[in-house]
Amino acid sequence: MTHEAHDAPGGTHAAVASDHGGHPTPMTYFAVAMILSFMTAIEVVVFYFTWLGAWIIAVLALLSGAKFALVAMFYMHLKYEHRLFSVLFVTGLVLSVLVTFALLGLFRFF
Amino acid sequence: MEKVSADAPHGAEHEATTTGIDHRKMLVWAFLGSDCMFFGSLIATYLVYKDKSLDGPLPLDVFDIPVTSVSTFVLLMSSMSMVMAYAAISRGSLKGFRIWILSTALMGMTFLAFQVFEFRDFANHEVHLTCAGLDLDELTTLEKKVAEGCDQPGVIEVFDDKNGLTPRTNLFGTTFFTLVGLHGAHVTIGVIWLLSLFFYSFRQRATTERSLDVDLAALYWHFVDVVWIVIFTVIYLLGVFEGF
Repeated sequence: MTHEAHDAPGGTHAAVASDHGGHPTPMTYFAVAMILSFMTAIEVVVFYFTWLGAWIIAVLALLSGAKFALVAMFYMHLKYEHRLFSVLFVTGLVLSVLVTFALLGLFRFF
Repeated sequence: MEKVSADAPHGAEHEATTTGIDHRKMLVWAFLGSDCMFFGSLIATYLVYKDKSLDGPLPLDVFDIPVTSVSTFVLLMSSMSMVMAYAAISRGSLKGFRIWILSTALMGMTFLAFQVFEFRDFANHEVHLTCAGLDLDELTTLEKKVAEGCDQPGVIEVFDDKNGLTPRTNLFGTTFFTLVGLHGAHVTIGVIWLLSLFFYSFRQRATTERSLDVDLAALYWHFVDVVWIVIFTVIYLLGVFEGF
């Protein structure tokens, strides 16, 4: 495939669509945005449920993790991309979580 | 330029590389992985020094969750706008791309405006208390300190405007402004990147290569968004939760 084939904006549709096959549709993007907004609203509401006590931490961590995963999988296309990209990103992510907990343990946060 | 394989994963079609994956895209993913560690260590530092400040203001004094929730919503919506821009350029719609990328940049700027407003508000934090009927259990540590002025005879109101939060005020201020400020710097770079793509679109027509340019910018923008998701929960929501 050559770049010349894509020069005209109107003529790019079929070729580019095949290049990016398997990606979510705009409707999926919109649905994910609505879910993210809904989860953020729940986070803020849950925060005022003082009767939950320390469980608030678990609920907020779960919601935050789910939002993170949704953005990474659907908006960053990790779900549809080459596995190597996931390896690169998740390695950094896991290392950062380990460093965080190591530091917290070292400074007796818990 | 040759196509590597008809059924290769996305990103593999642009260049015949040893890995079969576009090197620029792999570099961006490696950078995002390393940036995770950057923000991870900043969040850890914030948590380590949490509750170690000798003096206020503390999170309970300054954080305004409803306002930050709105700015969080704006940033989340900018991520949706960004994928729409990418979808538009991928199907060759230059007009759609320009609309969506500009709206993403505008939402990014709105988020930054919220941050500037918040930082100014923190720096000019004031405590204003009416002495009659004060419930000490409802007051924050800083407010209790200011409320000591009510002990003097004849005082009906106390006011304090010398306890603004800056990076030099206390450990909370230092770690908070470093973390959130650096995230704001990332957003600023993202906005500049998006605007440059917008203006560049007037000079060049839609191509597959341009689609990859947008894809790389989108990855960075979404990363800024996911980092904020963590900051909003760990720093803001859990920051004002007394059990944490």
